[in-house]
Amino acid sequence: MRYHAVESFDEAVRISASATGITRFLAGGTDVLVQLRAGSIQPDDIIDIKHVPGVKDITRRADGGWDIGAAVSGIELGAHAELCRDWPGVVEGMRLVGSTQVQGRATLTGNLCNGSPAADSVPGLMAAGATVSVTGPDGARVVAVADIPKSPGKTNLKPGEVITRVHLPPRGENGGDCYLRFIPRTEMDIAVVGCAVSLRVSGDMITEATVALGAVAPTVVLVPAAGAALVGSALDDAALEALVTAARAACRPISDRRGTVEFRIEVAGVLARRAASIAYARAKGETA
Amino acid sequence: MSRIHITTTVNGETAEFLTEPRETLLDVLRNQLGLTGSKEGCGTGDCGACSVLLDGVLVSSCLVLGVEAQGKTVETIEGMATDGALHPLQRQFIEHAALQCGFCTPGILVAAKALLAQNDNPTETEIRYWLAGNLCRCTGYDKIVRAVQDAAAEMRGAA
Repeated sequence: MRYHAVESFDEAVRISASATGITRFLAGGTDVLVQLRAGSIQPDDIIDIKHVPGVKDITRRADGGWDIGAAVSGIELGAHAELCRDWPGVVEGMRLVGSTQVQGRATLTGNLCNGSPAADSVPGLMAAGATVSVTGPDGARVVAVADIPKSPGKTNLKPGEVITRVHLPPRGENGGDCYLRFIPRTEMDIAVVGCAVSLRVSGDMITEATVALGAVAPTVVLVPAAGAALVGSALDDAALEALVTAARAACRPISDRRGTVEFRIEVAGVLARRAASIAYARAKGETA
Repeated sequence: MSRIHITTTVNGETAEFLTEPRETLLDVLRNQLGLTGSKEGCGTGDCGACSVLLDGVLVSSCLVLGVEAQGKTVETIEGMATDGALHPLQRQFIEHAALQCGFCTPGILVAAKALLAQNDNPTETEIRYWLAGNLCRCTGYDKIVRAVQDAAAEMRGAA
């Protein structure tokens, strides 16, 4: 195994494009090193991107949106007060990943590229309408986070491609988001179901809403029907019932040691209802 | 397999070692630098027994490659007592009998010290969440939490 501490993403791509064996990009390493040690991957080349200038930066763009470097850790995300004010749901999703020790290293980008359907930070990114900058042998492109996951452990990134930054849109006025997950304990577990809701209000009326579910399908999924169930309502009982029905209808879960199909479908509805209520209160400025 | 020369600072002193790229920082600390206080419990970042500070950030050293330590500062349990005098956390752990087999203790002490460095008066809830990634199979955690609280009180009084 060769280790490359690259100084630019161009250099990273040059190495990955010319590599003949298995390549892994290293940011926080909290998944890659576990897989390496377990023997589930045997990389020939490890490309450490943490020395690339800007990978630790969180920057507000002129349009009010955010650019987040590929190596920004969970702790760094959580310590950024302005970002937390704009996108509390995105940040709380990332902050649920692992322990304090893992939070010191783990990144949004890594959580996304690991491809787990239960990734805690991904539903929040999808609900927010986040995109990522990708660079690779064929050049650079911008891809919606929702288009990255392909199947458990697999992404739609092409060989040699690497994510360089995460982009969040401008939060704008009267918006709020939230991520909730169910685990059978209080910390240090993998989501049985996760749900993120991002919405905007005009007075009491919801004008936009996006819902994403985790751990109930082969990938994290957007549920357009669940968002549509909220739009035009003031989060009344009928809208919440429609939300719950749509969220449950989108579930294609498996039964495993964490939960059964039936349980996951039931909980998806419960979490959608609760996450929507919290996002709504945040959008109205009633809670942080 | 080619070995890479790394220069780093461990507990305030310059340390140099040769490492293969797949070796973890924990491997290097234990097997090359003779710092066996950091333990390998799980090797997958779940148990916290290998906790160290890397450039001041609490991490699991089993999830850091040795080569990543180039030019960085590493603080381990071996650097916690100064001139033979135990750190207040270490004394309070003994006082409270907050350990039994001791395997998790170095990691918990390093993690607790990191908590108190940023919060000198943590609540029980804050302590329990902060230490959620440090598993202890002996104590049931209550004594650990009380030892951390008393060490925090002692350190506030001393400051």
